Formats: sequence, C-alpha cells, structure tokens
Amino acid sequence: MTARGADSLPLHHRDLLPVLLVPAVALAALPLVGSFSTIASGLTLVFGLMDVLNFGHGAFISIGAYAAAVLVPSLAGFLHADSLFYNLVALLALIAVAMVVTGLLGYAFERIIIMPVYGQHLKQILVTVGGLIVAEQILVAIFGPVQIALTLPTAFRGALVFGDVAIERYRLIAVVVGLLVFAIMLLVLNRTRIGLLIRAGVENGEMVEALGYHIRRLFVGVFMAGSALAGLGGVMWGFYRETLTPAMGMDVMVLVFIVVVIGGLGSVGGCFIGALLVAVVANYTGFLAPKLALVSNILLMALILLWRSRGLYPVAKR
Amino acid sequence: MSPLGGIILSGNPPRGVALSLILLAILLGLALAPVLFPGMEALNVAAKICYFVVLAASYDLLLGYTGIVSFAHTMFFGIGGYGAGIALYNFGPSWGALVLGTGAALAAAVALALVIGLFSLRVRAIFFAMITLAVASAFSVLASQLSTFTGGEDGRTFRLPEVLRPTFHFSAGPLTVSGRVLAYYFVFTASVVLFLLLLRVVNSPFGRVLQAIRDNEFRAEALGYRIVIYRSIGNCLAAAAAALAGVLSAVWLRYTGPAVTLSFDIMLDILLMVVIGGMGTLYGAVIGAAIFVLAETYLQNVMAMISHATADVPLLPLIFNPDRWLLWLGVLFVLSVYFFPLGVVGRLWRR
Repeated sequence: MTARGADSLPLHHRDLLPVLLVPAVALAALPLVGSFSTIASGLTLVFGLMDVLNFGHGAFISIGAYAAAVLVPSLAGFLHADSLFYNLVALLALIAVAMVVTGLLGYAFERIIIMPVYGQHLKQILVTVGGLIVAEQILVAIFGPVQIALTLPTAFRGALVFGDVAIERYRLIAVVVGLLVFAIMLLVLNRTRIGLLIRAGVENGEMVEALGYHIRRLFVGVFMAGSALAGLGGVMWGFYRETLTPAMGMDVMVLVFIVVVIGGLGSVGGCFIGALLVAVVANYTGFLAPKLALVSNILLMALILLWRSRGLYPVAKR
Repeated sequence: MSPLGGIILSGNPPRGVALSLILLAILLGLALAPVLFPGMEALNVAAKICYFVVLAASYDLLLGYTGIVSFAHTMFFGIGGYGAGIALYNFGPSWGALVLGTGAALAAAVALALVIGLFSLRVRAIFFAMITLAVASAFSVLASQLSTFTGGEDGRTFRLPEVLRPTFHFSAGPLTVSGRVLAYYFVFTASVVLFLLLLRVVNSPFGRVLQAIRDNEFRAEALGYRIVIYRSIGNCLAAAAAALAGVLSAVWLRYTGPAVTLSFDIMLDILLMVVIGGMGTLYGAVIGAAIFVLAETYLQNVMAMISHATADVPLLPLIFNPDRWLLWLGVLFVLSVYFFPLGVVGRLWRR
C-alpha cells in the first residue's frame, strides 16, 4: 500500500480486500470477541446450571457502564494523566467497581426476579424482560434518557503504527483484558473445585445435588459472577463506543444471543468460538457491505443451526 | 347459548358481569368514538387502541395459547405497515395498491414466520425467543438501511384512496362525515372482524390442540399431534394477523417508519399489554391495549398534575414524575407475572 500514491487510491472497497483480508480486519474484530465472549459466557453458564435464560442480562451491561461513568469524575486525575500506568490503574478501578456493583445487583435480581419462577420457562422469559424494563427505566430516572459521554483515558487514545498497520491503542487493551478475563474464567472452571462443581452441575445437576452440594447456592454465585462479567463487558463496551444510553445493553444482547445460539447453550468454549465467528463475520461484512452486517450474522446462525440444530458445542441436555 | 355467544363470539363469551361490562364499554366507546370524543387526539387514541387490540390479540395467540415467546412480532407488524405503505407510495393512492400491498405483506409475513419456525421451533421454545429477537433486530436495521426502498429512518408518508382522506366529505341527508371518520370506521371494523376471527381460531379444534401442546407437550405428542406443525401454523397465523394490524396502522397514520412499527420498544409495549391484560384469554388483549394506550397518552398528564399538586410533599413528586410511567408499568408487569398470571381478565372472571 505504501507504494501507491494518493492518486492511485483504490476506487472500490473490494480492491483493498487482498491487502486487508489477512490480519487487520480479524485483529480489529478481537476487542469485540473479548466483550462478547465475556458477556455471553455469564449468560450461558447461568442457563446451563439452572436452566434460566436471563433476558435481563443486558441490563447489567448498561449498569456496569453507567457505574463506571459515575466514578470517572472522581478518578479524573488518574484518567487524564498522560501515563499508561496511571490510566491502567484507573481503568482497573473502574472495572472493579462496576463488577462489584453489578455483582451485588445480580444477587438482588436473582433473589427478587428469578427465584420465584424457577423451572417455569415462559414466566422466566417474561419476568426477566420485565426486570430489564424496570432496570432501564431506573437508569433513565437517574441519568435521564439522553446519551452521556464516556471519554477514553488519555494514554488509550490514538493508534500504534507497526509498519503499514495502524491499531487503535484501546483495541489492544480491550483484547488483552478480554483474553485475560477469558483465561481466568477457563482456569477457574477447569482447575478449581468450584469450577468442577459448576461443570458437573451443567452436565447433571441432580447428581451434584445427590452428592450433597447445594446447587442453588452455587447458582447464586454463578449468577452474581455472570452479572459482574456483564458489568465488565459493559465498561469495555462503553469505552469502545464512548457514549452510553440506558438501552445500550439490549443492543449488545442481540449479538450476544447469536453468539450463545451458535456456540450451544451452556458451553463456555462454544461462546468463545461463537464470539470469534460473529465478530469476524460482522467485521468483514461491515467492511464489504456495511448495511448487511447484522443480517450476515443471522445467516451465519441459520447455517450453523441447519448443520447442528443445538449449536456447535451443546452442553445442556435439557 | 345465545346466537351472540355461540356464533359471533365462537362460544367463548367473556365470563362474569364485570368483565362483560368493561368489554362492552370499550366496544361502545370505540364504536362511538367520533361522536363521543370530539377532537383529533381522541380519535387517534381510539384508532391506536383498535389496531393494538389486533396486534396484542395475535401476540396472545402465540404467548398465551401456544406458549411460545416471540420477539419478532413487531417485525410482522412492520411488514404489514411497510407492505401497505410502500405499495401506496409507489403505485399511487388506489384501493388496488392497498390490496396489493396487503397481499404482499401477508405472503412475506407468513413465509418469514414459517422459515423462522422451522429453524427454531424444532429445538426448544427458548431458542425461538432468542432467534426471533435477533432476526427482528436485523430486520429493523435492514429496513432503516435500505432507504431507497423503505425511506430509511424517515419512513414513508403516503396518500390514501380518496374516500379515506381528511379532505373528503361524504353527505347523507343532514349528516356530513369526513374521510377521516370513514378511515376510522375502516380501521375499527377491520379490527373487530380480525379479533373475532382470532377468537374463532383459539376456540376451534386447532386452538384446543395448541393449548394442549402448551399445557403438556409430551402428552400432546403421545396423542399423535405433530407439535412442530401445530406450532408453526400458530406462528404463521399470528404473523398474518400482526401484518394486518400493521396495514391498519399504516392506513390510519398515513405513514410508515421504523419508530412506529419496528422498534423494540413497541415489542415491549405489546408484551406489557398482553401480560397485564391477561395471557391466554384473548379478551385480555382488548383490556391490555386499552389500558396501555390510555396510560401512554393520558397517564402522563395525570401524573404531572399529581406531581404538581404534591410539590411540597417529599418523595411524592418524584414518584409521580410523568416520565416514570413506564417504570411503574414495568413493575406492574413483573407483579402480574408473579401474582396474576391471568392478568386483569383473570381477576375479573367469575366475580
């Protein structure tokens, strides 16, 4: 590309395709993978463990982002310092606060909204949608219906240039955070006793109960963790978009549902693959034919469901 | 049984005096709206109640009678609205264009419902909820992107056949009726007919099978009913009715756009109407739609008045802030799901 002069710029998007097809678009998709798989894995575990599909999951995305936005003024010194270290500390503080807030609210949500309707699918869907409406309206009541800005910390702005490829700094940070969270989650699930119980509970809850473990207590924990992860995803997504609206969670949820359906309900690994597929497909079609980005994901989902009607890695047997 | 209850109401008249009286009041109020409530705003509210009754009733066919949750109902509503709107916009204001647009919208809605059903009803109801949500939002993005065809975010404003235009005046003896009133009665009559047809569907043998599947999937299958086929047909019927409601909304508004037909907010409104009115009762859709549309239009004024009047009292002005009306309806929705699964209608039954 550098060999070309400004006068010979490609006339059409597609002319750029061979150059960009390889790493750049896929790399650009990675921050999305981080956010989506983080948000989706909370949802899918909650479903796998207790057969609860939380349509209100999106509320925690918005709440996490708003919690961060509330805290931003008090951390202004750290956020505006032109130092990567201070900025990172501030970002981690924001994430921690958002996760604590959404985790606690997740506890309340589980107790108030979901607990009375265990095992009744129709009511669950309705009541979690009701919870979503109420949560969104409470956000509107506190912050107003207009969108508010969430500016990136100073050191995260701009792009790093490696040879010909320019990568936004924030995207890199989002990738690192997303992968880190995902790695921690996999470690917890695969290497700890709690993780073992969760995986066993997803496979066969009754057997876990018969062995003397309180699966409901486990479930509340997983629900809080899932909500906290949604809050984390909300912070990352909020900084990515740099504007917040009370309905932002629901916008993300559409893609998250596609991710979960593709990956197979109950599977964390499936979430990652699903998020990867969705993000890459969305980015490529967004690049070639921007109007068709979401439609292409629907097509992807339809193809995968034709091939495997329960998604790529179905875990939940029910 | 009287012929009214037997034939017109499909042998399923509203049970209980209170419920019958409320429904009669709503029916009479809507039928005489142009006479009783002068002014354009009141007529707008009445027409909106009419087509939302059809929309909510068709959603109840899915939610209450078939036991599946769809988030794509606004998509079918929008297909109807866009079908009529685009036909009238492109082919001029004639009845032929309206019929053509309606036919195309019906075909598209039923075909799409069938495809979605075949993909997602095979597995579990929960997949259906997620997939419809995704498809509906993709459709709404597509509708606002293909602006040369749909008018994009601005939508399409179009003219109706001459008889239904506000400038048209129809005189019979001393009585002069404007085209706007004729348009209202067009919407009203079509809504009543569609509602009675839906009532016919849910009380037919087919409707009984749907309810059997809803109550016990295994048993219905064991009795030899092909669940997927019944659910798919139910889904298609609901989609067709929603598309017709969309046509009615387009006829009344003389406008079609993403915000009035496709947005997720309208989907939530329909859910609120059906659940608060009463799932699986169909009459609940009438009451729910009436309550919701009235609340949407007038509750905010009432709340503003209370909020003003109690300005000195702590907390009360906050609670009655007119912008909070949806919050309280959301709370009412959650409470309805817990405590009154049959909604307002369930409360009024057999009193």
